[in-house]
Amino acid sequence: MLFQFEKRSAPSKPLIFATPFISIAVTVLLSSTMLLIQGKSLQTTFYAFFVEPFESTYAISEIFLKFGPLLLIAQALAIGFRAKIWNIGAEGQMIMGAILASSIPVYFTDSESILILPAMIILGALGGMAWAAIAAFLKVRFNANEILVTLMLSSVALQILYYLLLGPWKDPMGFNFPQTTMFQDAALFPPIIFGFRLNYSLIIPLLFTVFVWIYMERHFGGFQLVVGGLAPNAATYAGYSSSGAVWKSLLIAGFAAGIAGMSEVAGPIGQLQRSVTSGYGYSAIIVAYLGGLHPVGIFFAAFFLSVIHIGGDYALVTAELPISSVHIFQGLLLVTYLASYTFVNYRFRPRKALRERIESSAI
Amino acid sequence: MTPLEFFLAGTMSAATVFLLAALGELVAEKSGMLNLGVEGMMAISAAVGFVVTYQTGSHTMGFAIAAVAGICVSLIFALVSITFLANQVATGLAVGILSLGVSALIGKKYESLTINAPDTVFIPVLSEIPFIGPVFFQQNIVVYGAILMAVLIGFCLNKTRLGLAIRACGENPKAAEALSYSVWKIRYGAVAFGGMMAGFAGAYASTVYTPLWADGMIAGRGWIAVALVVFGTWKTSRIFLGAYLFGMVTLGELVVQSLGFAVPSQFLTAMPFVITIVVLAIISADMSRLRLHAPYSLGETYDGSEPR
Repeated sequence: MLFQFEKRSAPSKPLIFATPFISIAVTVLLSSTMLLIQGKSLQTTFYAFFVEPFESTYAISEIFLKFGPLLLIAQALAIGFRAKIWNIGAEGQMIMGAILASSIPVYFTDSESILILPAMIILGALGGMAWAAIAAFLKVRFNANEILVTLMLSSVALQILYYLLLGPWKDPMGFNFPQTTMFQDAALFPPIIFGFRLNYSLIIPLLFTVFVWIYMERHFGGFQLVVGGLAPNAATYAGYSSSGAVWKSLLIAGFAAGIAGMSEVAGPIGQLQRSVTSGYGYSAIIVAYLGGLHPVGIFFAAFFLSVIHIGGDYALVTAELPISSVHIFQGLLLVTYLASYTFVNYRFRPRKALRERIESSAI
Repeated sequence: MTPLEFFLAGTMSAATVFLLAALGELVAEKSGMLNLGVEGMMAISAAVGFVVTYQTGSHTMGFAIAAVAGICVSLIFALVSITFLANQVATGLAVGILSLGVSALIGKKYESLTINAPDTVFIPVLSEIPFIGPVFFQQNIVVYGAILMAVLIGFCLNKTRLGLAIRACGENPKAAEALSYSVWKIRYGAVAFGGMMAGFAGAYASTVYTPLWADGMIAGRGWIAVALVVFGTWKTSRIFLGAYLFGMVTLGELVVQSLGFAVPSQFLTAMPFVITIVVLAIISADMSRLRLHAPYSLGETYDGSEPR
């Protein structure tokens, strides 16, 4: 290779903060090139992505509607990622949360009890946790790779959802659409502002962010997880339980994803349907990384990606950009973030200079 | 063709998708590179393969360009994880997400279009044997190509100098470098080879096995291929068996339906994933065996500067 990276004696603090911005800049540059190749107008596209989401109160409220579930799931996933426990099945945990939570309005269609919403939150959390617990159990007891298991479980969860929507839970009056009946008001979060879809479920991700910050930055349990990720041998030597880390990371993620799924059916969607997750489970992986796996960073990253999602919807209309372009943009963000992050721990050296240094130090 | 012949012949065809992708991933993992972007590489190649075949009418062209596409995607992974030293798991996922998006973009104008499946090869004499002929000797040429690849890769990894170099990089890159092997070159090569094989697998899926393009058509088969490498404990022969077993599981869906059992189709669709989870748990439970066979430095970034 013409160049090589040389390890820094300590990670560069300024670069940790700069990395997300570098990756955003590079991503914008790369996607501009792709847009030009496709013959799209850069001005219209970027206007749709970054300006139109802020042009109306409604659009801004929609940003925060996306912000909630992304923030909630990403905060939880980051805990696992820091412990090097790769739960990439938030999508499935979200589905199971949504399914379990929906069981109440599905079976108690007429009830207007005020207990319905709290019960749905509990069931949603339990659904996600139960699904994540399968992966945790298989990892701890059978050493089964959690990446593959969580991913496969997502596919299974999706089929369970389809089965319910096409079979026992299908709305009999729904013209054969694969969806349940619309839930009664008691099963829905009340809107924060009347007439907008944004609702009080937003409080949960915000509280959860505070919890994660305290847990990871100030609590011994979070410290154990981080050590387990950075130096597994040191963690074992210190007596930190590695199976405990697996259980903690996965259950927290299942809890968060389950509630996120619940807030979708009890919020903007108002029923159980096939597209209940909107891909939040995958987007949250990108949010977690872009936020540097840190609770505060994730807060801003979740907001940024929410803007991208809403901007993508506008770009679909005004710039006639296909919906896949949002996925491409997200994928590019993560790829460039990972590549740029190298500079936090390494510095760039032309190969010749490096060799000279090694040779001179050898003498 | 009798139903049983149809089932067994279909198994071979379905297994080829898994086999090609898993063999590629095996080579990459043997060199120490855990590439989780297989699903994405397959999706892009499936889209590219379909579009090229649709436009040119040539399946050969479709396969060739799909392989190039697979290699290109794998090189993005290699660049970020080998040159830029990023975490392999995260990079694989990132490249996978990116590729799934790109595949949707490439195939957008071709959604739900179909093409003709290529002709099957009737191997003279052998294909006329009753039962055995229709099952084994009336297949697409790629089915035989994949089996040949399995033999070649098994031989190359275990019996040749190149194979030794690849395995050395996966076991202990520092030692490999001390033996004056260029770790980064070998790893780039192994990853690119994996990309090419995923490219073939994707093209086979979209132009031969089910000659159509639909967004999301790879449907987790790339992930099953990654799991197959673990099932096969990094041994070519066992990966081969695993691929055929999963080919059979895939076909099982059709069998159960044709036999008239009233099982909801969603349960059958979920079956390969459930079986993957169960088999994964059984195989992984024997930790000592897994440790013995897994490349020792699998998934570890090698920056060449630190003593190990």
